[in-house]
Amino acid sequence: MAHIALTEGLPGIRGPMVFSPETTKPLCDLVQVLLTGPHTLTEAEREMIATYVSSQNDCFYCESCHGSTAAQHLGGSDTDYDLIHRIKQNYEATPISSKLKALLGIAGKVQKSGKFVTAEDVARARQEGATDKEIHDTVLIAAAFCMFNRYVDGLATWQPRDAEIYREIGMQTAKLGYVGRDYKKPLQAIAGKEKKVGV
Amino acid sequence: MGHIQVPEGAPGILGPMAVSRETTKALRELADVLLCGQNTLTPAEREMIATYVSSKNECCFCQLSHGAAAAERFGGNYDLVDQVKKNYAIAEISGKLKSLLAIAGKVHQGSKHVTPDDVACARQQGATDKEIYDTVLIAAAFCMFNRCVDGLDTWQPSNPDDYREMGKIMAREGYLRPDWEKKGEAA
Repeated sequence: MAHIALTEGLPGIRGPMVFSPETTKPLCDLVQVLLTGPHTLTEAEREMIATYVSSQNDCFYCESCHGSTAAQHLGGSDTDYDLIHRIKQNYEATPISSKLKALLGIAGKVQKSGKFVTAEDVARARQEGATDKEIHDTVLIAAAFCMFNRYVDGLATWQPRDAEIYREIGMQTAKLGYVGRDYKKPLQAIAGKEKKVGV
Repeated sequence: MGHIQVPEGAPGILGPMAVSRETTKALRELADVLLCGQNTLTPAEREMIATYVSSKNECCFCQLSHGAAAAERFGGNYDLVDQVKKNYAIAEISGKLKSLLAIAGKVHQGSKHVTPDDVACARQQGATDKEIYDTVLIAAAFCMFNRCVDGLDTWQPSNPDDYREMGKIMAREGYLRPDWEKKGEAA
């Protein structure tokens, strides 16, 4: 049960976002600018960084949503979902670029503490072609997800385990982004299940 | 030396903010609504939560700049900020703020550490759902800001006196001043 009274049936971050619209706007603006739009890192790559950090923080909702969004940006096939799963387990052994591996190394350090990022971590990223902006944005994405994960878990939000819910969230987010969304709108995967059990 | 190139002399978060304007706008709006917006928790109390979490994360720039903002909002009481950082349980602050700092401390550790008992304790002290929500989000946000400042190895002056002027400006004007793009301007 959530630590505060949140709208029932809204999973993860959606409950808190509906609870407090004035904080929701800057949060959505931040994630929109970090994870969407033109960038030398693709949307899939940036969502992978968010997913990886969320998995390191053991935040089921965030790693599932952003993992699904990353997979959808890649095409949405089972192979794409499997790649995301493998990145979370051991990104060094996956076929992602060396640059992305170096940036995930930095993100993993930020997850523990900003002070853990070393000059060697940054040098490795530069050797693989990462720019100042890509390094900056990797640190900021990792830091931001240390915020989002704590926000979602710190309020003990409802985090369903049904993969279909996250597939739907990933499809919506990959298509629509994070701003101008109606987070009160029930997800079909949840509403459909409720109809089946006669809720 | 910082991990990326930023304007010389820009301390802490101001360096990265100067080179990444798109993300800066969203970060400033978030800080302003969290710490200065309409709320039953005073801006002083909210700056204190931010300062406490930043001290737990050992982020020099954030704890000293927000510590100065908190002190200025508490009428220039720098001793109070030091008391809270050392041991808030015996500081001269309300029981409600102590219970919210306990929640903030748990969020700092990792938010699965926040328990129903922590929340019940805050409610017993008169905290509302919104105040609990805002405490969790402020603590979470400062786990982000602290990581940005340290993760990019920014320049962080260590003398608390260097932050007094910054704290006065933050307390007086918040985080959305139109001239924030000026190099070296206070956070």
